[in-house]
Amino acid sequence: MARHTLSVLVEDVPGVLTRVASLFARRAFNINSLAVGPTEVAGMSRITVVVEAEGDLLEQVTKQLNKLINVIKIVELTSEQSVQRDHVLIKVRADAATRLQVTQAADLFRASVVDVSIDSLIIEATGTPEKLSALLSVLEPFGIREIVQSGTLAIGRGAKSMSDRALRSA
Amino acid sequence: MSKGSPISPALLAARPAPPAAPARETASVVPVSAVRGPNRVVPPTEMLGSAAIVRSLEELGVDDVFGLPGGAILPTYDPLLASTKLRHILVRHEQGAGHAAQGYAMVTGRPGVCIATSGPGATNLVTAIADAHMDSVPMVAITGQVSSAFIGSDAFQEADIVGITMPITKHSYLVTKAEDIPRVLAEAFHIATTGRPGPVLVDVAKDAQQSSMTFSWPPKVDIPGYRPVVRGHSKQVREAARLIGASQRPVFYVGGGVVKAHASVELKELAELVGAPVVTTLMARGVFPDSHDQHVGMPGMHGSVSAVTALQQADLLITLGARFDDRVTGVLSSFAPHAKVIHADIDPAEISKNRTADVPIVGSVKEIIPELTAAVREAFDAQERPDISAWWKTIRHLRETYPVGFTQPDDGLSAPQQVIKRIGELTGPEGVFVSGVGQHQMWAAQFIQYERPHAWLNSGGLGTMGYSVPAAMGAKVGNPDRVVWAIDGDGCFQMTNQELATCVINNIPIKVAVINNSSLGMVRQWQTLFYEGRYSNTDLNTGHDTVRVPDFVKLADAYGCVGLRCERDEDIDATIEQALAINDRPVVIDFVVSRDSMVWPMVPSGVSNDLIQIARNMTPTWEQED
Repeated sequence: MARHTLSVLVEDVPGVLTRVASLFARRAFNINSLAVGPTEVAGMSRITVVVEAEGDLLEQVTKQLNKLINVIKIVELTSEQSVQRDHVLIKVRADAATRLQVTQAADLFRASVVDVSIDSLIIEATGTPEKLSALLSVLEPFGIREIVQSGTLAIGRGAKSMSDRALRSA
Repeated sequence: MSKGSPISPALLAARPAPPAAPARETASVVPVSAVRGPNRVVPPTEMLGSAAIVRSLEELGVDDVFGLPGGAILPTYDPLLASTKLRHILVRHEQGAGHAAQGYAMVTGRPGVCIATSGPGATNLVTAIADAHMDSVPMVAITGQVSSAFIGSDAFQEADIVGITMPITKHSYLVTKAEDIPRVLAEAFHIATTGRPGPVLVDVAKDAQQSSMTFSWPPKVDIPGYRPVVRGHSKQVREAARLIGASQRPVFYVGGGVVKAHASVELKELAELVGAPVVTTLMARGVFPDSHDQHVGMPGMHGSVSAVTALQQADLLITLGARFDDRVTGVLSSFAPHAKVIHADIDPAEISKNRTADVPIVGSVKEIIPELTAAVREAFDAQERPDISAWWKTIRHLRETYPVGFTQPDDGLSAPQQVIKRIGELTGPEGVFVSGVGQHQMWAAQFIQYERPHAWLNSGGLGTMGYSVPAAMGAKVGNPDRVVWAIDGDGCFQMTNQELATCVINNIPIKVAVINNSSLGMVRQWQTLFYEGRYSNTDLNTGHDTVRVPDFVKLADAYGCVGLRCERDEDIDATIEQALAINDRPVVIDFVVSRDSMVWPMVPSGVSNDLIQIARNMTPTWEQED
């Protein structure tokens, strides 16, 4: 099934994330990733959700989300017309013998080393899911201790702003 | 949004809100008309949050509320005692308050209001809230909550009712500040009654009720994410008219949305212009008169052969305020296989949810139907329409050959269908009939002739046993001048009959017909048909030749109702007449009927509607297959 990235502009009120998340659970829609944070407009948050759905199901997801009173606007962001990024922190085993190789690998992916200890490094990387999974497979042989990854963040290309348009049409 | 943290804690759970966000300059405000009620202007007045709840309800035009007090809602019950505008009806169980609010809303079209305390009071409302959600009933449920400082501490009688009801409400609020009360209640009533109606929960922390605030009316209602579409898209309406003008086998598939929109007059005009057969679903019975020549019955699992077949063989479904429920469609892939679908509904999410619509029209049927009528008139003028007389010949033949009927049982007991039919006939179309769930519900849908909307109430979507008595109570409060019948089963009646006490004490003289077949009849029917007659746990011992626990006549008597029993065919009419003559207190009639009567026709679960049976293992003869 195809992945689709939805940007959901919501009122920042108690329980709104619960409402969105529980809607997915109740209607048996699959969430691939979810990221949430404030926007440039006070009182509004933006949820970026990647769903595995297509056709009618995607339409149903969008319609059901729209029924939530606290949801103001939903747009689907295609990969061509938006910038989409994941963020990851990776703790890799690295001692004196392998440290240089690991940092070189990180450099190739324009990732940065943000913590160093005697036998490990923490690497921070940003990119598309494909780039991050490539980085992970390069680091794998050294021994990955821990991974923490954000949900996908997405923003439409060009000058237009989602909240601007939402509020104007409102 | 709280400063500095990437995720506002407010987003994560229903917890007290952070300080109010600065006013949004660009956000538009719903016009003042979004506030229901007479819209009197109240200058700023100091009062407690509890008084603000009562005052808000008064300003919203509420007359009757159903509820039961407890610790966390106690502050609000004090100003309630002083109110001269609100009539509070004290129920015996909160579920009764919820269903009563539903019954009230269904007959009046105004939002029903129920009040309960925190914890168990609130959880007892859950079934009624879910029921209202499934059947799109405008309802506002107000619950007390423990003080905001205790929320999350597993305090006495604490339950996260906002969380519990999230999937079964149209929207919900947790109020922790007294000053939010008028706005939240105004928003709750606006949301409950507009768009697709539904239940809204307002959970008010005890400290919010006890704090003082400045009350003024009307409040500023601001719901940027809520803008129900009312008018249909004119291009889609014209396309619908074009399809109607070209159709040879059109059918109106009419659902409960037309009842909710109060659009029966508009429907009749359109239906008569088009001249097509009309089917009314379980939720729509009466919105198009049963006596009308174009009415061909109720569709679905227990629908008439003519209605089910009309949908199956149609080339066009003109779907108005219906949602292609599985009880109507049977196996979806084989439902109305040759039909194009026009689907008008106020809820965009219903369109193409189950069946893809060829012409989707989002909006209120109250607005769409007249526009469609005008467009159809133009289409008919512009081009000659196909002759639909062959279609009518098929449908008429089925309607005459396979009317909904019943056979007399072999055990010498009365046929339940006969009892229900006579209740309908002797009461007449001005009565209100409120059923429980099961066999008696289907018979009440089949054998009572409905001539007007809002005369038939039942729990269609959720199928809540126990709906009947409290919903009838609410209906009688809403329509005090009408005869209101609760047509109940012996199983259903035992779930909520405590509200008879409420009816007696508050002088709400409903009439209850217990169709007593001494069993959970619909389950028993399935056991007869699909489990080789192995009657697992469906015998209730309330009927003929049993210990009669309980004895419904004695039970009625204990509650101060008139209790009657009818066990013979020859007594049916006299007993009903006797009940109709009593108007000073509720009447309960124990109609002892056969347990072997079954609901027919039936489309067995999991098969196509084409396999409808008119009696056990009997299918209609299809003479004029298309």
